Amino acid sequence: MARVVVDVMLKPEILDPQGQAVQRALPRLGFDGIADVRQGKRFELEVEGPVDDAALVRIREMAETFLANTVIEDFAVRVEEKQ
Amino acid sequence: MTARVGIVTFPGTLDDRDSARAVRVAGAEPVPLWHRDKDLHQVDAVILPGGFSYGDYLRAGAISRFSPVMESIITGARDGLPVLGICNGFQVLTESHLLPGGMLRNNDLHFICREQKLRVENANTAWTADYAAGQEISIPLKNIDGRYTADEHTLDELEAEGRVVFRYLGSNPNGSLRDIAGISNAAGNVVGLMPHPEHAVESLIGTGRTDGLGFFTSILKRLVNA
Repeated sequence: MARVVVDVMLKPEILDPQGQAVQRALPRLGFDGIADVRQGKRFELEVEGPVDDAALVRIREMAETFLANTVIEDFAVRVEEKQ
Repeated sequence: MTARVGIVTFPGTLDDRDSARAVRVAGAEPVPLWHRDKDLHQVDAVILPGGFSYGDYLRAGAISRFSPVMESIITGARDGLPVLGICNGFQVLTESHLLPGGMLRNNDLHFICREQKLRVENANTAWTADYAAGQEISIPLKNIDGRYTADEHTLDELEAEGRVVFRYLGSNPNGSLRDIAGISNAAGNVVGLMPHPEHAVESLIGTGRTDGLGFFTSILKRLVNA
């Protein structure tokens, strides 16, 4: 089965307090040099059948209507290569 | 005959009983609506109550928005059916795109539960006619995803059209842009807000104030005089 990954991130202009909280915790833990952190979501879709153009069109539609709220979030779809 | 106000229950809804009680206290008849039932049972208005439908999984309101009952409510709202979304119900309304913008995690990441002062900015909607524009009310606020966000263009449009219905007074509890606590659609039949009017309708319980009752008497008058 092929895997398609959908990454969903808050739009860059939208404040991400969770990412900020993670970033602020880093120096305390000894991880220096990280200027910014943004936190998002990753969906791994195990696709039945071939991941052809038609399947990707449907997955983009799914991401746009359901997995992401495009008022506040951006998404990216990619096919994960077999190991 | 009195007005019939539908109250939707999704899996994880918490405030359906309080909403039904508020409707009854105002003198209207509450009608329970089930999320899997597309039939709106001839109600004259609908309330989407607060809670954590589907555990807020994916995004608050994102899964409920695709429930069978919402198909009928979305169609009805576009035809003028009055709809009030409280807290999680407001989140369902933004996810449905019946109201613009979106709801995000509070900017301090805390769950906030307190009595909140608001200003009623628009007393011409189906749900606010019993208030006066500029009136200050105090009702409970309890949520973690209460930060209202929209792009600048949308915010300007909401302000220009008088669709910012409620604004937070005092310190902004959650980072909502322009202190927005509630908004309406262009027609004014769909209203959503984060604070909870249904918890402030009887002097015996809660904060002891009845500042929320006006939502329910407003809709009753609107429907009875229609």
